[in-house]
Amino acid sequence: MRHALHFVSGLLFAAGLVISGMANPHKVVAFLDVAGGKWDPSLAFVMVGAIGSFALLNQLIHRRERPVFEGKLPGRRSDTGVSPRLLGGAALFGLGWGLSGVCPGPALTDVSTLRPEVFAYLGTMLVGMVIAQRVFGMDAPKAPAAPADADAADAATEPPSSVS
Amino acid sequence: MDAFTPGASTLGGVLIGLATALTLLLNGKIAGISGVVGRILRPAPGDALWRVWFVAGLIAGGALTFALLPASKAALDFSHAGVGLMALAGLFVGLGTRVGGGCTSGHGVCGISRGSTGGIAATCTFMAVAGLVVFARGKVGG
Repeated sequence: MRHALHFVSGLLFAAGLVISGMANPHKVVAFLDVAGGKWDPSLAFVMVGAIGSFALLNQLIHRRERPVFEGKLPGRRSDTGVSPRLLGGAALFGLGWGLSGVCPGPALTDVSTLRPEVFAYLGTMLVGMVIAQRVFGMDAPKAPAAPADADAADAATEPPSSVS
Repeated sequence: MDAFTPGASTLGGVLIGLATALTLLLNGKIAGISGVVGRILRPAPGDALWRVWFVAGLIAGGALTFALLPASKAALDFSHAGVGLMALAGLFVGLGTRVGGGCTSGHGVCGISRGSTGGIAATCTFMAVAGLVVFARGKVGG
């Protein structure tokens, strides 16, 4: 039952993607097309709204000792460092995002449209994730030894891939 | 041609921030979408079910919001990319997000909100590369 509350998170997230315009690939491409003469800067405001609200709520939530149900709160600040793996992955993601105008959240939010483009994208995205996780491992190597318990590791030490 | 929608885009962003904060409050997890999905594919014990609920909420939330706001569904435009290109892009996104440890939400929203240098560097990198790709294709409005 406690897990089912994350369904509400998903609902809110999807509503945000649709209302903001992020779920529309052409609007994303128009946002990325800074030099194209018809630049639509709207989606910069998504980042403003999301970062502003999450930064504030992150501070408030850290007044608690621990989450409501289980696990531990990650650090108030993230210490994800810059590495070749991070930058290489980000560049590859940017290549796919620029070609499609779709990042992983909108791909899922757009599933109900039943468009073949969405399923083509999602299918290969899942394949790519499986390959990357098999070849490169779940997380970039971190200096301190990771705790044995994967759940605690995810929450406590904030490996880069848990911020994805 | 897309209309400039600063109000709706800010509101949508706030909802995304709220959603991410709710998951953090419930179980202390940073809900970046590519990580949520990737860790379903290779689940740690006891760590998969909330992710499945979250993804189900994303899919249902899209259906619900499109039903409540038909104009937002009518505006959907995939004309810049056919099925083949979308499949190629999906592969790059799947590989890149799991190699780089995040996508627009994990690095862009959560990482920057939490002052992560890696999140900021990753966001600058994928924004720059995506912008260059769009520039190179020159397809918008063309």
